[in-house]
Amino acid sequence: MGMRKVAVVGAGMTRFVRRALETPKELAWQATRMALNSCEMTLDDIDAVCMGTAPDAFDSVHMKGEYLSDGAGAWGKPYMRSYVGGGTGVFAPIQGWYHVASGMFDTCLVVCEEKMSSYFPHAQAAFNTIFDHTTERALLPNLLWIFALEMNRYMNAYGISKEDIARVAVKNKRNAADHPCALLGDPDITVDDVLNSELLAWPVNRLDVSPVSDGAVTIVLAAEEVAKRITDKPIWIQGVGWSLDTAYWANRDLAYPTYVEYAARMAYEMAGVKEPRKEINIVEPYDPFDYKECHHLEGLQLADKGGAPQLVADGVTLRTGNMPVCPSGGLLGVGNPIAAAGLMKVAELFWQLRGEAGARQVPGQPKRGLAQAWGDLMQVGTVVIMGTEPGGEVAR
Amino acid sequence: MTSKIKNFPGTPLSESDFTEGKVLSIHDEMRPQFAWDTGIGIGSYLAALKEGYLLGSHCKTCEKTVIPPRTVCEWCFDPMDSYVRLEDTGTINTFSLCYVTWDVQRITEPELPAVIEIDGASPLHGILHKLGEVKPEDIHIGMKVQAVWKPAEEREGAITDILYFKPIKEAGS
Repeated sequence: MGMRKVAVVGAGMTRFVRRALETPKELAWQATRMALNSCEMTLDDIDAVCMGTAPDAFDSVHMKGEYLSDGAGAWGKPYMRSYVGGGTGVFAPIQGWYHVASGMFDTCLVVCEEKMSSYFPHAQAAFNTIFDHTTERALLPNLLWIFALEMNRYMNAYGISKEDIARVAVKNKRNAADHPCALLGDPDITVDDVLNSELLAWPVNRLDVSPVSDGAVTIVLAAEEVAKRITDKPIWIQGVGWSLDTAYWANRDLAYPTYVEYAARMAYEMAGVKEPRKEINIVEPYDPFDYKECHHLEGLQLADKGGAPQLVADGVTLRTGNMPVCPSGGLLGVGNPIAAAGLMKVAELFWQLRGEAGARQVPGQPKRGLAQAWGDLMQVGTVVIMGTEPGGEVAR
Repeated sequence: MTSKIKNFPGTPLSESDFTEGKVLSIHDEMRPQFAWDTGIGIGSYLAALKEGYLLGSHCKTCEKTVIPPRTVCEWCFDPMDSYVRLEDTGTINTFSLCYVTWDVQRITEPELPAVIEIDGASPLHGILHKLGEVKPEDIHIGMKVQAVWKPAEEREGAITDILYFKPIKEAGS
């Protein structure tokens, strides 16, 4: 395709907390400074900056990209904010990737920040405006509705129980107990804890849901020749993909995320991955709700339709399993500051593939990982595949 | 890297830090107002609701009938050929029993949102609405339902002209 190879060379993040003392700019700066320090670079080494942050409604700040620009190190540089709802955190690194792959820039910062706590009393109410203002909003919907509706349809289509799905929350919150930035890590949580937590919107209980959070994550991207000068352990972006389904969400199959399949197939083709179940060693699918992890594994072709819960039950997706899923602890455990949560997954792959994930390290020197996010009104899929080798069609 | 760093930045606060004034904070309340024109496709939908029926649109090329009606076919990007009057009956595609309002107030009697596949529309083509006149424990996917309308004189051309969908008595039940 005539694209340059692009590597992740540094990463940084703040703790994910329910309410941060730091402002959004301060969070963005903390993560960005850590990312630059991690690869011994300074802002002078950076050619361009990509910002990912979700709805302006959370902060009541118009043009949030511009507002965050100083914290993101964007002053005086080519700078752009992208936004595809919950999919933003994995779309922003795709945007950064094509900034560099295209030959336009040698280095690029990708900064994702979210501060949901400013919306009082609870950020949930801000989501009311994602529904169609004429045909849906008058029914006073909330975000739980669409998740509960989709989860119920998914369970019904394949005969999946709430216990099957609660195991995902247990796995991820236990994994998160080893993440120093996690909001909801719990090494002792059980399936009963999830099933007995407050019923919010049947079939969704409180512990099926990731927490509202504040936080920021930054990664540093570099073109091949630059990356090799910066580090002897670059982690290559091998493939990227993104896709959007119909905005008339009640008009489509709620049991299967076709848009995730399209995004995944685009990324697999670019990465030269023919048999994903054998070639993907670590998966960080988007898990704002526990059933979504299963839903997405199926869309990513890493499980049969309706088959993901069995992988969870069999221990395949444990950190020590054959296909570790959300070894970070995911959104359910680390937290869900929307755009930052997606980029956290990309940062996790970076640390895991370098063997630097500490207590969270997946055994067996993983070679390739996949991060995925999902968003808008349940219809955007974004996928990044990363590996220890450049790999893929781009390299040829 | 995460294995080497012990103290990550980010300082947690609690809600009481705000409510008890332990940190300085600025409070603001926005009260914006909007008036949305309803456009051509949705405008026709709302006009039909005011008359007491459901309207879809049809693409002859793609053989799709969609609801709510729209002016462009998503599949072929040509204009949708015609509006079609649909039944006000359908099938529950999925549902929830929701104990939280849109602004996160807890409620004891659940709201009953559902996606209802409308009879006469293409398969899996539904709309978001609510259920009523039914016990939560009796609701199931695949249940046949029918719209319960506001009295004609109270209808205003809005999705809320349908109060909710209620189960249709199945033969033998």
